[in-house]
Amino acid sequence: MTGVQDLITPEGGPGASTDGGGLVTPSAIRGRRQWPLPKLADPSAPLLEVEDLAVRFSLRNGSVKAVDGVSFRLDDGEALGIAGESGCGKTTTALSLVRLLPANGRIKGGSVKLFGIDLVPKNEKQLARYRWREISIVFQGAMNALNPVRRVGDQIAEPIEVRLGQSREASYKRARELLDLVGIPKQRAGAYPHELSGGMRQRAMIAMALACDPAIVIGDEPTTALDVMVQAQILQLLERLRHELGLSLMLITHDLSVIAETCDRVMVMYAGKVAEEGPVSRVFTAPRHPYTRKLLSAFPNIHADRRTLDVIPGAPPDLRTPPPGCRFAPRCSFAMDVCREVVPPEVRFSDGVRVACHLFPTPDTAPLVEASGPSAPLVVGRAADGAHEAAPGIPDAVEAPAVRAVDVRDESLEAEATAYDPLAGDDLHDGPATPGDAG
Amino acid sequence: MSEPREPVHAPGPPAPTVAADAPEILRLDNLEVHFPIRGGLLDTVTGRSKGVVRAVDGIDLSIRKGEILALVGESGSGKTTTGRVVVKLTKQTGGKVTVHGTDVSTLWGTRQLREYRRRVQLIFQDPYETLNPKHTIGEFVMEPLVVNGIGSKKERQERAYAALEASGLRPAADFAGRYPHELSGGQRQRVVIAGALVMDPELVVADEPVSMLDVSIRTELLRLMLELRRERGLTYLFITHDLSIAWVLADRIAVMYLGKIMEIGPAEQVIRTPRNPYTQALVSVSPSPDPPAEGERASRTILVGETPDAAHVPSGCRFHPRCPLAFDRCKVEEPPLFDVGEGHRAACWLAEAGPLDLPVIDAVQATGGSEAAAVEVGVSIDATGGALPAATPDDPAA
Repeated sequence: MTGVQDLITPEGGPGASTDGGGLVTPSAIRGRRQWPLPKLADPSAPLLEVEDLAVRFSLRNGSVKAVDGVSFRLDDGEALGIAGESGCGKTTTALSLVRLLPANGRIKGGSVKLFGIDLVPKNEKQLARYRWREISIVFQGAMNALNPVRRVGDQIAEPIEVRLGQSREASYKRARELLDLVGIPKQRAGAYPHELSGGMRQRAMIAMALACDPAIVIGDEPTTALDVMVQAQILQLLERLRHELGLSLMLITHDLSVIAETCDRVMVMYAGKVAEEGPVSRVFTAPRHPYTRKLLSAFPNIHADRRTLDVIPGAPPDLRTPPPGCRFAPRCSFAMDVCREVVPPEVRFSDGVRVACHLFPTPDTAPLVEASGPSAPLVVGRAADGAHEAAPGIPDAVEAPAVRAVDVRDESLEAEATAYDPLAGDDLHDGPATPGDAG
Repeated sequence: MSEPREPVHAPGPPAPTVAADAPEILRLDNLEVHFPIRGGLLDTVTGRSKGVVRAVDGIDLSIRKGEILALVGESGSGKTTTGRVVVKLTKQTGGKVTVHGTDVSTLWGTRQLREYRRRVQLIFQDPYETLNPKHTIGEFVMEPLVVNGIGSKKERQERAYAALEASGLRPAADFAGRYPHELSGGQRQRVVIAGALVMDPELVVADEPVSMLDVSIRTELLRLMLELRRERGLTYLFITHDLSIAWVLADRIAVMYLGKIMEIGPAEQVIRTPRNPYTQALVSVSPSPDPPAEGERASRTILVGETPDAAHVPSGCRFHPRCPLAFDRCKVEEPPLFDVGEGHRAACWLAEAGPLDLPVIDAVQATGGSEAAAVEVGVSIDATGGALPAATPDDPAA
């Protein structure tokens, strides 16, 4: 099959650069800096840095703050998962990076810096330079995203021809190579979308996303409609491509387990804000934010013995009139008075996790956790062991009270949970004898 | 491990957590649904057949009262068709469906069918499409009663309110006057459940009832379904593509592939000690919210290709072209469901020999041995035409 080398030889493809150091062995490719960067790029800037992004949708009766002050960063070769339930703003966040928002959506503030270039003030024409060539998107329904009356090969060749100005033959050749790269036989380039299976169509979508050698590929629920086995194949493909091509990946999904297996970092969003963000290995094993914790324990896990699932009571807030304090407070079992009044600031821990929750002390309000009585010992994390350097601006002392190792399924947490919802945390089946009683 | 579900040993058809003497509610004997492929006019005139799609190809099942059987499979496995046959939305082409000892195909006339449909109810996947946007919730829930001419207006309302409250929509009177768009996704699915409950059914066929819902809402509905079983003795045929939901909910799990049951048994056995390679591969790729330890990877067996088209079922064991353990016999002879103990049965020539040793097939981390396996499998099959190239086992920049 076509290796990466073939795809980046000078004659081979549009990604080929005359001066950017064409041939690199796959293992050496980390990030995509050997490609020519946009003219204004700052080579020392991080790949993608989003700061305080705010997106609003205007409706007839008011406006919705779909994304409200979201900041994150994506490094070269990194995979970031954005998780959350419907309406939490995860897709909006991703689409606003290249401004593919619906007509009533507007970016109201913040910056999206790609190689240090802010994309927010760019106009449509200027943005075209970045769509597909720097950031491309794999959409959810491959069925609907492909044009049913055009051959797959032509559809993949189009962005190469249009955006990179390659000849028709070269684009088509490249399209066939891309198909090969994603595991579709080259001969199938002439097939129409309906002639391909669901998994094949999703592969074709990925090939299209790779057409212009982007630095970042965003997968918006790329495997949601697929069967488990096909999902595993597609995720494996994305992972392989990431390593081979040095891509950076943003995976948007409601399925935390997909992120657990494919991403380096995870960002959990709730009601348009970041609840928690950090390395997968930290956030999944020692979640700090009560929402992350609830979300994780609401997932069935076939590889675990437990068959208990947690319930998050209530529903997400109406974003036309979000609650004044923490947006999760109305559903949170640990909510304190301050949560209902003050928006929690984001606090960064030494292990790279960032949390927006009043249970975690900020430099100014450090004593809060000590004072919060029964809620205090629930915290979480084993930051001490793998501790990196402390984040600038946050005194070391702050970490100390937070560093206590507690499992998500710790009994004290179960007890907390049962306090407000007698069912939560129980075994779903309620003991062995019950089903028999019914019969 | 605080697993409370000790299987009850029972001779004959298995019934692990349900009393062994619980009456059998549903029984499928060699159920077969073949859809003819329609050709053009010329084919019709010449009488030439284009073959059949073997959606369901001879399955046997039985469900006892109060039991939850999960029918798990990927798209094209025939799980939904099986469910549709049970509620008489699709006609079987062979075999027998027995409910409470009555052969369902002998039911005749409006009256008997109505009675049957009272006892067997279906819950669909999509609560957005099931509900008529112009009808109030109360109207939706009362409709089956109206259609079947049950009760006076007042009785119907009482029954509808009771069903709504049983589904967790309290106070019912408050919800009854609302329209679907005023409800959240979880509430809509509760309404759909109430619509099924109002007929006081014995068997509920639930086709992917929680697939469209967010996790937090999903749990509430699964819990509701379990509560209803406890309180009303409901029996469920739970159809899902998601093995982990089946694992959480079901007493027994049946895994279907291309119209056949590959493995059936108590949930514990099917998930923990699968004896069919397909089941084992499915379990291995089911994602888990626990990330693998740093530097490690879950040992997954990612099969190559996709489920073949049911019009071209492979010879022998229908899974053999994708099976990493397939040998000569598998290509020619279809394995029966071997009993491997405790009501656990698996259709595989290797099932009786004990636990399977399935190779890890995961191209990203493939080492020598598994690479060979991946290549072998990759060459032997392609479900969709044309061999799939086996993934390059490049060492990830670790």
